[in-house]
Amino acid sequence: MSENTAHHESHEYHSHAKQYVRIWGILLTLLIVSILGPMLEIPILTLITAFGIALVKASLVVKYFMHLDHEPKFIWYILSVSLAFMCLFFFAVAPDVKNHTGTNWTNIAAIAEIERGEAYGDPAAHHGDHGGEHGGEHGTPEEHGTENHGGAHEGGH
Amino acid sequence: MSADHADHAHHHHEPTFIEKYIFPTDHKFIATQYLVTGLLMALIGGFFAYAFRVQLAWPGTDIPVFGHMSPAEYNAAITNHGSIMIFWVAMPVLIAAFGNFLIPLMVGADDMAFPRLNRLSYQVFLVSAIMIIVSLFVPGGGFGGAWTAYPPLSAEATYNLTPYGSSLWLAAVAVEFVAFLIGGINFIVTAMNARAPGMKWDYVPMVVWMICIASILFMASVGPLVAGAVMLFFDQTLNTGFYDPSRGGDPILWQHLFWFFGHPEVYVVLLPATGMVAEVITVFSRKKLFGYQLILFTAIGTGVLSFFVWAHHQFIAGIDPRMANLFTITTVLISIPIAEMLFLYIATLYKGSIEYTTPMLWALGFIFCFLIGGVTGIPLGASGSDIYLHDSYFVIAHFHYTFFPIAFIGSFTGITYWFPKWFGRMMNETIGKIHFWITFIAFNGIFLPLFVLGLAGQHRRIYNYEHFPDLSTPDLQMLRVMATTSLLILLAAQVLFIFNFFWSMWFGEKASANPWKANTLEWTVPSPPPHGNFSEFPTVYRGPYEYSAPGRDTDFWPQHEPS
Amino acid sequence: MAFKPIANTRSATGVSTGKLALYWLLCSEIVIFGGVLAGYLMHRLAHPEWAYQSMHTNTLAGGINTFVLLTSSLFAVLAHDAAEMKDGKKAAQWLLATVAGGGVFLCIKAVEWSNEIAHGYTITSSVFWSFYYTAAGVHASHVIGGCIVMLFIAKDAWQGKELHRVEFIGLYWHFVDIVWIFLFPLLYIAK
Repeated sequence: MSENTAHHESHEYHSHAKQYVRIWGILLTLLIVSILGPMLEIPILTLITAFGIALVKASLVVKYFMHLDHEPKFIWYILSVSLAFMCLFFFAVAPDVKNHTGTNWTNIAAIAEIERGEAYGDPAAHHGDHGGEHGGEHGTPEEHGTENHGGAHEGGH
Repeated sequence: MSADHADHAHHHHEPTFIEKYIFPTDHKFIATQYLVTGLLMALIGGFFAYAFRVQLAWPGTDIPVFGHMSPAEYNAAITNHGSIMIFWVAMPVLIAAFGNFLIPLMVGADDMAFPRLNRLSYQVFLVSAIMIIVSLFVPGGGFGGAWTAYPPLSAEATYNLTPYGSSLWLAAVAVEFVAFLIGGINFIVTAMNARAPGMKWDYVPMVVWMICIASILFMASVGPLVAGAVMLFFDQTLNTGFYDPSRGGDPILWQHLFWFFGHPEVYVVLLPATGMVAEVITVFSRKKLFGYQLILFTAIGTGVLSFFVWAHHQFIAGIDPRMANLFTITTVLISIPIAEMLFLYIATLYKGSIEYTTPMLWALGFIFCFLIGGVTGIPLGASGSDIYLHDSYFVIAHFHYTFFPIAFIGSFTGITYWFPKWFGRMMNETIGKIHFWITFIAFNGIFLPLFVLGLAGQHRRIYNYEHFPDLSTPDLQMLRVMATTSLLILLAAQVLFIFNFFWSMWFGEKASANPWKANTLEWTVPSPPPHGNFSEFPTVYRGPYEYSAPGRDTDFWPQHEPS
Repeated sequence: MAFKPIANTRSATGVSTGKLALYWLLCSEIVIFGGVLAGYLMHRLAHPEWAYQSMHTNTLAGGINTFVLLTSSLFAVLAHDAAEMKDGKKAAQWLLATVAGGGVFLCIKAVEWSNEIAHGYTITSSVFWSFYYTAAGVHASHVIGGCIVMLFIAKDAWQGKELHRVEFIGLYWHFVDIVWIFLFPLLYIAK
């Protein structure tokens, strides 16, 4: 069946070049938005523009450049299963790596490393030798950090 | 036959000497290369087992051939025994050798889908085998941080004292993974695409399914560890701090990366062995495989579930206890499908006309030993009892009750069963049976005492138990001597196998095309199969296990015979 | 050596053998990159102080590189388009343009890295930089590998041989592009 369609295509194949260029244009627009997004310095917007747009870009490439929706379903399944295993890996391992304290334990080394890094990296304590364009763009991770940090102190006692 | 052969020549020219022996693309020759390399590596792995077991039974003696064993050499011996037996024996023999030999023959194709990629996978594998052997002789000696290579021991040369050995070990393992990724893609694609006309998914012999499922499991689980190995390699060589908590890294991450691969790896080698056992028990009990589809779905289910159990290796490593609860449940759950699979095999035997040939004895031995291995895994999978049993000899005994049946009993099942097809001659049955019984009894003699030692609290990875008064009592020492003596008997018995293998290869009785009266397609071609396998490509009409079908003169019904 | 076994030409699943193998290759690549990225992400969430390190990555260079890779992906798909129309020479030219894109990507990367190393941000500076160089380095090695294979395929395509392979290498290239699409926000934008 699919041999027939392949045969069919090779005879009456029309160039999709125009469509490809159009998709490329959309991808570039998205790229510019994702670079400009963080400059508004709204953390939630940064998340959306950075990772949401990455997802949109990836799905455009998959759909229009890789033609994955023209392939049999099982190809789509095997790719998503490997992706699902990676999500499983992340969500099962993240609690161990991400937490620095538990009911009866504290990861002293990691907490010390965070404090050292913050003391070193804090622009107040350390002269910023980087360009001004990046100044103050670190809203998101810091917010995560404070949550973790708070937890650390509560758990420690 | 010669006419068939001539007819065949137009699409398969006979290979020249160089094409056949130096740069072979024939799947059967590559399979033989994998088999021989794997068995040679087994000799090295077995030699290490001999050396450290003698050291444990009679501490400080001058070990014959090896000499006096230092603590560092002891560590290197156990580490490389484990690594070699799993990565350079079990995988090449069970997956690569039998996958290469059987998949094209069983699905009715002339070769693998990508013969040159196949050759490349063996060459990469050979490089990795040479690397692991070289790593034993570099300054500082071979790596001694266990096959799990936990950092910081494996990452810091100041701790493991093997600056070159540990990096070379890691690189060898990573290269071996690459070889099996290349090989695995080839197996899967061949089995998926190159099937003979008429071979529907449930007409595929079980061993082909199992090797493919194993290759997929390997492919899906090894990726994170490849990434992790690169990170560990940088820790070793460039002094990065991925696994160093004092610099912001996390050693637990390596454990997760390792076991995310390491646990599915058990099923990667288990499934091909169960596939071979399925082929053998149906042929020698002249019965249809009981519940083909059920076994298949069970295997797939086991494969998926095997991704959800890895943290049971880390219960005392400081992982989140809530996770430990979840992993206890999944670990105990996975014993259900495996037990089900083994009981389906036993159900296949029920009311069959069982013939105790050597391969059948090995297959039955596999079922017996693996059941013990599976049952003893349950106390280790439950986090509560694991706190006591962790890192004791109970773990070692459990592990070997799963891996010895897989790697050796499984391989012997396959080798003795397919030897006539592979080399064109029958193996000697008498020597084969003597070899089976000595190996089987000696194997149990090694590891049953280790269960007792483990329950008595004997911790593993200890060079000399004389340093621990609680563990050097005469009873415990007697058990150690018993295990070592059994090991010496087991190793000595392998001489019988080696003799039988080579003697039968040249002087055995000539094998007919189908000496076991089996159904699958590899038995329709001459033994050994010619280059290009089939003179006329078969069409498949039925499943592979139609034995003793009612209303037929013969008790077997080959897959390619039109009804 | 040019002989193809029957096994290679059969297609029981309806997908050509080469493409099937390529998709399995992509599966194995997904888990390799998945391991690096998952490791990076969980460390990133655990270490708020990395924000001070990631400030020093060059968003402009990363952005230009994303542009270069997206464009080279366009070239790759245009090569596939030309191959579908049996125009081997045109396909080869587009493939060469794709390789050029990969080359520009690597050059920008080299300049960017030399600049960072000159400022003292080496692979051992902190775990952030270790991940930065490792993740981008593993990705760059895929770019290099893809470019080399693409040159061989372009040579064949120029002679009108093995045109179906143009699509396969294109699929691989898009995958490398997608990995970068995720690496870019992870390493450059999330500050």
